[in-house]
Amino acid sequence: MVKIIVDGKELEVPDHYTLLQACEDAGAEVPRFCFHERLSIAGNCRMCLVQVKGGPPKPAASCAMGVKDLRPGPNGEPPEVFTNTPMVKKAREGVMEFLLINHPLDCPICDQGGECDLQDQAMAFGMDASRYAENKRAVEDKYIGPLVKTIMTRCIHCTRCVRFTTEIAGISELGLLGRGEDAEITTYLEKAMTSELQGNVIDLCPVGALTSRPYEFQARPWELNKTETIDVMDAVGSNIRVDTRGREVMRIMPRINEAVNEEWISDKTRFIWDGLRSQRLDQPYIRKNGKLTAASWSEAFDAIATVAKKTSAGEIGAITGDLASVEEIYALKLLMGALGSTNMDCREEGSALDPSLGRSSYLFNSTIEGIEDADALMIIGANPRFEASVLNARIRKRWRTGEMQVAVIGEQTDLTYDYHYVGAGPDSIEQFINHAPTKAEKPMFIIGAGAFTHKDGAGVLASLAKAAKSLGVIKDGWNGFNILHTAASRVGGLDLGFVPGEGAKNTSEMLSNTDLLFLLGADELDMMKRTRGFTVYIGSHGDVGAHHCDVILPAAAYTEKSGTWVNTEGRVQRGSRAAFAPGDAREDWAIIRALSDVLGKKLPFDSLAQLRSKLFEEYPHFAAIDEIAAGDETGVENMAKGKVGKLGKTAFVSPVTDFYMTNPIARSSAVMAECSALANGQKLEAAE
Amino acid sequence: MLEDKDRIFNNIYGIHDKSLKGVMARGHWDRTKEFIDNGRDWIIDQMKASGLRGRGGAGFPTGLKWSFMPKENDGRPHYLVINADESEPGTCKDREIMRNDPHTLIEGCLIAGCAMGANVGYIYVRGEYIREREALELAIAECYDAGLIGKKNIHGYPFELYVSHGAGAYICGEETALLESLEGKKGQPRLKPPFPANVGLYGCPTTVNNVESVAVAPTILRRGPAWFKGFGRENNHGTKLFCISGHVERPCTVEEEMSIPFRELIERHCGGIRGGWDNLLAVIPGGSSVRMVPGEDMIDCPMDFDSLMAHKSGLGTAAVIVMDKSTDIIRAIARLSYFYKHESCGQCTPCREGTGWMWRVMERMVEGRAQIKEIDMLLDVTKQIEGHTICALGDAAAWPIQGLITHFRPVIEARINSYSYRADDDGAVSMQAAE
Repeated sequence: MVKIIVDGKELEVPDHYTLLQACEDAGAEVPRFCFHERLSIAGNCRMCLVQVKGGPPKPAASCAMGVKDLRPGPNGEPPEVFTNTPMVKKAREGVMEFLLINHPLDCPICDQGGECDLQDQAMAFGMDASRYAENKRAVEDKYIGPLVKTIMTRCIHCTRCVRFTTEIAGISELGLLGRGEDAEITTYLEKAMTSELQGNVIDLCPVGALTSRPYEFQARPWELNKTETIDVMDAVGSNIRVDTRGREVMRIMPRINEAVNEEWISDKTRFIWDGLRSQRLDQPYIRKNGKLTAASWSEAFDAIATVAKKTSAGEIGAITGDLASVEEIYALKLLMGALGSTNMDCREEGSALDPSLGRSSYLFNSTIEGIEDADALMIIGANPRFEASVLNARIRKRWRTGEMQVAVIGEQTDLTYDYHYVGAGPDSIEQFINHAPTKAEKPMFIIGAGAFTHKDGAGVLASLAKAAKSLGVIKDGWNGFNILHTAASRVGGLDLGFVPGEGAKNTSEMLSNTDLLFLLGADELDMMKRTRGFTVYIGSHGDVGAHHCDVILPAAAYTEKSGTWVNTEGRVQRGSRAAFAPGDAREDWAIIRALSDVLGKKLPFDSLAQLRSKLFEEYPHFAAIDEIAAGDETGVENMAKGKVGKLGKTAFVSPVTDFYMTNPIARSSAVMAECSALANGQKLEAAE
Repeated sequence: MLEDKDRIFNNIYGIHDKSLKGVMARGHWDRTKEFIDNGRDWIIDQMKASGLRGRGGAGFPTGLKWSFMPKENDGRPHYLVINADESEPGTCKDREIMRNDPHTLIEGCLIAGCAMGANVGYIYVRGEYIREREALELAIAECYDAGLIGKKNIHGYPFELYVSHGAGAYICGEETALLESLEGKKGQPRLKPPFPANVGLYGCPTTVNNVESVAVAPTILRRGPAWFKGFGRENNHGTKLFCISGHVERPCTVEEEMSIPFRELIERHCGGIRGGWDNLLAVIPGGSSVRMVPGEDMIDCPMDFDSLMAHKSGLGTAAVIVMDKSTDIIRAIARLSYFYKHESCGQCTPCREGTGWMWRVMERMVEGRAQIKEIDMLLDVTKQIEGHTICALGDAAAWPIQGLITHFRPVIEARINSYSYRADDDGAVSMQAAE
């Protein structure tokens, strides 16, 4: 700790603090453009100038100077910094004037208007009028992809975007070309950026130079209702803010949660919102003469009841999809129980994860923050870059410190960091089963869907659990055995035990061999296998499930309901309703409750609150929001007792083949379609 | 006046033999091993005692600078970097050294390297200096062949020397931008602290020195610090290469004693001012980056750091730009403003935006198409750039204009007024204003 006096106020701050951080701690506001906590220090905007006592007779850039760089006074008194002297005020006015001389006065047509750092700081720290009488500079706009729109005349060259893409996203595609007043931010030859995190540059840009292309001229920030909720595009559970105007979602922004997504979100999370408007199921449908026709809720329920009456319990099944919340899975589980069936599965992709082994057997046990402690990482059957983009940024962050080695078993792709490639399939794991412990203190496995949905999934998991024990991935005080899920609903479903009971049917058996099947937003199934039986689809979008079912019950999308999701770490998070579902669509739990009444098996709750209190009674850990219930230690031990069998050569393949098309909402989004086409075009080009 | 026997650069005009043999005949590469054997502390003490101040412009004591390098090696290599990116308008001294007397520099590199514990040196040569680089490379090859430098050499101090060629950007003469460029990155100055002596080239302790500062070191050691200190006034010692350009009869680069009065320098070496001393308008005494000094103040001013500082100017690189009364002084400074606008790296705000602004206003002032109150505004803009930037280019861009306004405000006012009067008679101008 170092002592420092800011504006006459003495305080103690950590050694590594910059003057800017020390001033903030002292309660002094310091304006800044280029400085960002999570990026390297550029010190080029010169807005954060402060006066240092005893220093040279000129102000110092507080973002670039550490508190340790200051010398104590002649009698050992702490160094003194001022943020409110005339010198500082004049310097700030000067820098602000320089920033504004070539900045266009187009605030009325700028999407950043109302949430613009330059606007705000010009009000607070600028002068009232400009003395600049020359012509303003104009810069041609650049094409840098379908997501980020550029109005380069507005750029103030803070280089936050350049630093973000090179440091965090791991692509060196953006750069500052030219010099002096001709310097311009651009991609080389104006190619589209290829990062799956590029949308974050929109938030980072302090002015309106980089704005959201899909959101272009759609709304003003002050007319939007802001709802804090949880993202369901992947199993990370990024914290987001959904901005709505009326019933429509206008945009999605990240919220800061150091434990989960820091302040980044993936492009799928950010730009999915146009998919919430198209392909929506807004009223019930019944298949008549092979064709889906609109119906009323009672007609739809009656049609289901008619079939259910004729069907024996063993012929009824239920599969939940990737986006379902805990509440609706729980309601469905109660309904299945009431109907006397244990044919249920939340593992749409058919994974080998078995909740009966214990909770730690299917969680990201080290937690996402734990990546920053790891010193060795083996990624098995996962492509975290596309299965959990934000988590991948965390891996890259750790890798960049140089204190973590990475190895990969599975697909050999660009993960934005260097790694040692071990092999493609399960046979590469064999060598680690009876391996000596590694020298690494905190080694870590990240096991992806490619591994646990592999045809030898159970054997692969057993072998990995054994390898984890022998390598020291699991030891006293450290559990680095991490399962990386790809679906937001999965951990919640496993926690609820939404898996086949003794002798009951699993996903693929239910698909081909049940008389009545409920699909709760399950769209990643191969419906060609469903050759017989009656199918009920409860969901929000007209996708695979809806096309092949007999009755459609329209439900709410994730922004239209309050729900609980459990992320891959086992962190329970609560999302809130930001808008209402379209037309006759209802929240999923309410649909199941209403259906249960029609089927004569009325479920014991009438409101979401009642549902939750019953849920918390049975599963108390869902009540602890934002927390990870302490897992049992035995999960991985039990897994290690499993049979390994012969480890084949069939390579691990990630289920995420197209990052932009992984769920029904994404497949309904025109923006995602454009990104997907661009990404696939690039892949083709590379293959030629 | 400096006598020939006291000249350090005795082949600055290239009239003698440039080869190693010729150089040795003139006394270079003599007793070098003895200096190296005396150790780094001895060399630094000698340099401190000589009172040598850096010849790159800032005038920082060279011995002191060398002593900043860590004494204990923490496992990182130390680097010596020679700043031969001589781009300051008016300056042409390092060019002559590299072209005609490169061995003084190479020997200096070995000694400086030894003094700071560096076994590797880089010479960063300005992009436009093609022949200079060739001459330098030739001389380095000679030294390698003769075993004077290299992994194993007769001096018993392993030292590798590399020549790196810039791409012609003025900003790469700023020491941290030079390091960036040397690392293969875009030449943009780094933030200080950390200073290069701590975290420099490739993150290792580095000292960046001007060509002349290093090239004079061997002779100082040979002839002793007292000899060097014998020249010039207190705190401004030694000999110095002056590059006199502009309106003198014979522009030249010449080695002279520090603190030589301006009049003597011009009379003796340049054949006087074009049109006589009465015709002298102003002098920029230290390269384009310092404030100008009006002729009458300059005539008897000793040419050294402190006396020029007293005139709110500086010795800089000792590139003396002389302007007689035929000069359009506003236009001259406007041209310098264009230079700084063109060479600004664009990294930090005041310089990127301010240099262009100043140049545009200056261009209008050249015509007189401005308002009187804009003179003060321009002065204020220069004050807003000065001291607010990462490197000194912002200061360098501001000072020439400050010098102009300080000393020649009446000239600017007259220009503006004459334009306004013309506007009364001349319809074209008032129409322009009406549009």
